Amino acid sequence: MLGLRSPYDDVFNEFRRLEREFDALLDGGTTLSGSRNIRAFSSGTFPAVNVAASPEAVTVYLFAPGIDARSLDLSIQQNVLSISGTRDVKPQENGTYFRQERFTGPFRRVVALPEDVDPEKVAARYDAGIVQITIDRRASEKPRRIDIQS
Amino acid sequence: MNTQSVRPGSAESASEARNRAGGRREFVLRPPVDVFEDRDGITFWADMPGVSRDRLNLRIDGNALLLEGDIEFQIKGDMEALYADVHSTRYQCSFVLSTELDATQVDAKLKDGVLTVRIPKRAELQPRRIEVRTT
Repeated sequence: MLGLRSPYDDVFNEFRRLEREFDALLDGGTTLSGSRNIRAFSSGTFPAVNVAASPEAVTVYLFAPGIDARSLDLSIQQNVLSISGTRDVKPQENGTYFRQERFTGPFRRVVALPEDVDPEKVAARYDAGIVQITIDRRASEKPRRIDIQS
Repeated sequence: MNTQSVRPGSAESASEARNRAGGRREFVLRPPVDVFEDRDGITFWADMPGVSRDRLNLRIDGNALLLEGDIEFQIKGDMEALYADVHSTRYQCSFVLSTELDATQVDAKLKDGVLTVRIPKRAELQPRRIEVRTT
């Protein structure tokens, strides 16, 4: 076995990928305004990403179950966050797979964040298969109340 | 080798769940799974990131194995979503177990968002090696 896959597996994987892309057209990979992000992938892409923001910080959630968090390579340049790593799912031997849908192998994703994030102020943690990355926003970009003097 | 023992027949797609919910946008995530059969039983792995042990519900109903889990998001009140690949916080899937599997001996563990479930074949149906004695 040695982790090698037969051509039949490839055909199956291709079929699964198409299936997932179809699913994605229905309900995945869109911004909330309904248009597809230029970096959006199908919902089969690993890891899936959600991004939320408050006036103080931007939080990125990577849905990356079963990875070694220490092997994850996170880097941020200005407002672009790059994520890369490898997920190693060991193939089982002496038996038969009926389904093989879980991602295995190297992955890379790039996420554009709001322009006011501060790359110096990043914190990341891994819990229950989700990597949560919090990046502070620059104070000057927060909305400021303007008092009108009478 | 047996024919397929765990059938994904009743796995529900997101669109079916949506229809069932009466057109409301209530998505259910179907976790990607691996299903593997060896001599003694079946193992499956389901990717359910964000689900902790107390939010996971695994149960056997007749010959169906039902799997549900909720993602625990830590979202503060003033946060808004900018982008989302994942549009739901609920995972759901089910399998039909064939009769040679022993549903009373299911073993499950959850680590880093990956659920591993082992369902052995009934002891009397497991292949047995017959010792040949020499006289």
